[in-house]
Amino acid sequence: MTDTVEKFRTRIWEEVPEPDNPFTAAACYCHGYDVYGDILGKASWIEYLYLLFSGERPSPQQIGLLEGLAVALANPGMRDPSVHAAMSGGAGGSTNASCLMAALAVGAGQLGGAHEVYHAMEYWRQCGLDLTAWRRLLLDPPQEERIDIWPAMEHPPGFDPHGVSCATPVRQTLLYLSERSPGKHLPWLQEQRDALERVAELPLAMSGVAAASFMDLNLAPQAAEMMHLLLRLPGAAVHALEQREYGWRRFPFFANAIHLTNDPGPAAAAGIHQKELEI
Amino acid sequence: MKSPTPLSSVEDRWETHMGLSFPGERAVYRGKDLFNDLKQWSWMQVYLYGITGRTFTEKQSKLFETMWIFGTSYPDPRIWNNRIGSLAGTARSTGILGLSAALAVSEANIYGGGPNIRSINFFLRAKKSLDEGKGLAEIVEEELKKHRNIYGYGRPIVNGDERLKPMLRRAEELNLADGPHTQIAFKVEKILLEGRWRLRMNITGLCAALSADQGLSEREHFMFTAPCFTAGIVPCFIEAQERQEGTFLPIRCNRIHYEGTPRRKWQTTDY
Repeated sequence: MTDTVEKFRTRIWEEVPEPDNPFTAAACYCHGYDVYGDILGKASWIEYLYLLFSGERPSPQQIGLLEGLAVALANPGMRDPSVHAAMSGGAGGSTNASCLMAALAVGAGQLGGAHEVYHAMEYWRQCGLDLTAWRRLLLDPPQEERIDIWPAMEHPPGFDPHGVSCATPVRQTLLYLSERSPGKHLPWLQEQRDALERVAELPLAMSGVAAASFMDLNLAPQAAEMMHLLLRLPGAAVHALEQREYGWRRFPFFANAIHLTNDPGPAAAAGIHQKELEI
Repeated sequence: MKSPTPLSSVEDRWETHMGLSFPGERAVYRGKDLFNDLKQWSWMQVYLYGITGRTFTEKQSKLFETMWIFGTSYPDPRIWNNRIGSLAGTARSTGILGLSAALAVSEANIYGGGPNIRSINFFLRAKKSLDEGKGLAEIVEEELKKHRNIYGYGRPIVNGDERLKPMLRRAEELNLADGPHTQIAFKVEKILLEGRWRLRMNITGLCAALSADQGLSEREHFMFTAPCFTAGIVPCFIEAQERQEGTFLPIRCNRIHYEGTPRRKWQTTDY
C-alpha cells in the first residue's frame, strides 16, 4: 500500500492491526480510549454512548440525564406509528432488520419522530430561554426557504397536535429530568410549560422534552436526531418479536376500517360497463 | 388551547380513493379495476397513474422509463447508494434489505431525492416567473444569490454529464424534447456557461425539465424518481453475493486515518 491510497478520515475511531492480519484490529480506540482494553468493564453503556456522540466522557449529571431519557424513550408503546410499523413487520414474519428499518422510517417523521426533535432543537437554538422569542416563533413559524424532501411542519415542533392536555408521562418525564439536568433548558421548560402551551395552543409532547434534554446534553440537532432514532428502537424490537410469535391471525387487520369512495364495482371487474348495464 | 382534532371520528375509519383489494374477487386501483382496466398498461404507466391519478401514453411512459435507464441505472459500486447493495451482498444480508437501504439513502442532498425535487421546483418557478414577464437572466441571478447553486447544474465528480445527449436524443425520438421547461433548462445552461459560473446541466436538470413538461409537480416527480436507482443497485448486490463473502473492497486497519484526541486512560476519578 502506498501513501496515496484513499483513506477514511475520522476523529472518533482508531485501530491498531493484529501483527498477523492487517484486516483485523488488535486494539480499537474511541476518542482516545482503548475500548476493549480499558473502557470495557469500566464504563456503562450510557457513558460509552455519550462518549461516542460527544467525544468526551459524561459528567455524573449527564449520565443521569441520558439514562433517564433513554428509559423514557425506549418504548413509545404499541400504538406509536413507529412501533406499529415494526409490529407489522413482525406479524408478517419479516426479517428482524426490516422491522427496525420500518420503525426507523416511520419514527423518523415530523409527528413525534426524530425529525420533529431536529426542528424543536432549531427552535431552542433560536429562542433559548427567552419566552418572548418563543412566543414570536410559535405565532409566526419560519417558512421553508426551499422545497425539501421533508414535508412542511404541520404543528409547532415539540407539541402534540392531537393532545388535549399535557400527557401524564410527558409531565412525569419532564419533572424527573429537569430535577437532574446539568443544563438550563429542561428546568426552564418545566417552569414555562404552561406559558408555552398557552401560546402554542397545544400541549407539550415527549418530542419536546427529548429536544430540551438533548440541548442540556450539548448535542447538535443532527446528533440529537440520530440519538432519538436509536433510543426508541428497543420497544420496536420487542413488540415486533412478540407479534411474530402471536402471528398474523392475532394482529389487527382493520378488516372493516377502509372505505373505498370510488369503487367501480364488480361489474367493471367482469368487463361490463355501467352503460351496458343500463341498456 | 385549540379544540382537539377528533381522532375518535377517524378511529377505525379511513376513507380512500386510492384503492382496495376484495380478496377472492378483484382489486381496485385509483378507481379502476386492476385486472381489466389496467391489463394492457406497462408497469411505468400504472406507477405514474398511481402517483398522479392521471393517465400517461405509452410514449410518455417510455420517456420516463428512459430517465430511469440512462439516468440512474449505473451498476457502479463506487456510487454511495449502489455501494450499500454491494456491502449487503458481501456481508451476506438479504437482497431486499440491501436494496431498500440503498434506495432509502438515495434521498440524499448531493444526488437523488434532494436535487430531483429542488430541480423541478426551480423550473416550475422559473416558468411561472417568465410567464409573469421576468427575464431569465434575472431569475438565474436571483436563484444563485439566494441559494448559491441551482440544482440540475454542475456535478459532484465532473462538470459534464455523459447522460445528457442520449437522454435528449431519446426524448427527441419520442417528440417530447421541446416543451417549455426543457427549453428553459437549456437557456439556463447557456447563461451559466457564459457567466462566471461555468456550470453545465446534469441529468437531474434535464429529467426534471422533461418531467415538468409532462405535467408532473414537484412531489409527483419526487415519487416518480423514488425507485429509479433499483436497476443499478441490484446487480451490485448480486455480484457481491456471488463472490466469496467479505471480499468486496475489504479495508485494512491502517486505511482509517485517525485525527482525533490522542490516546488517554479511562480514569475512575476523572470527574
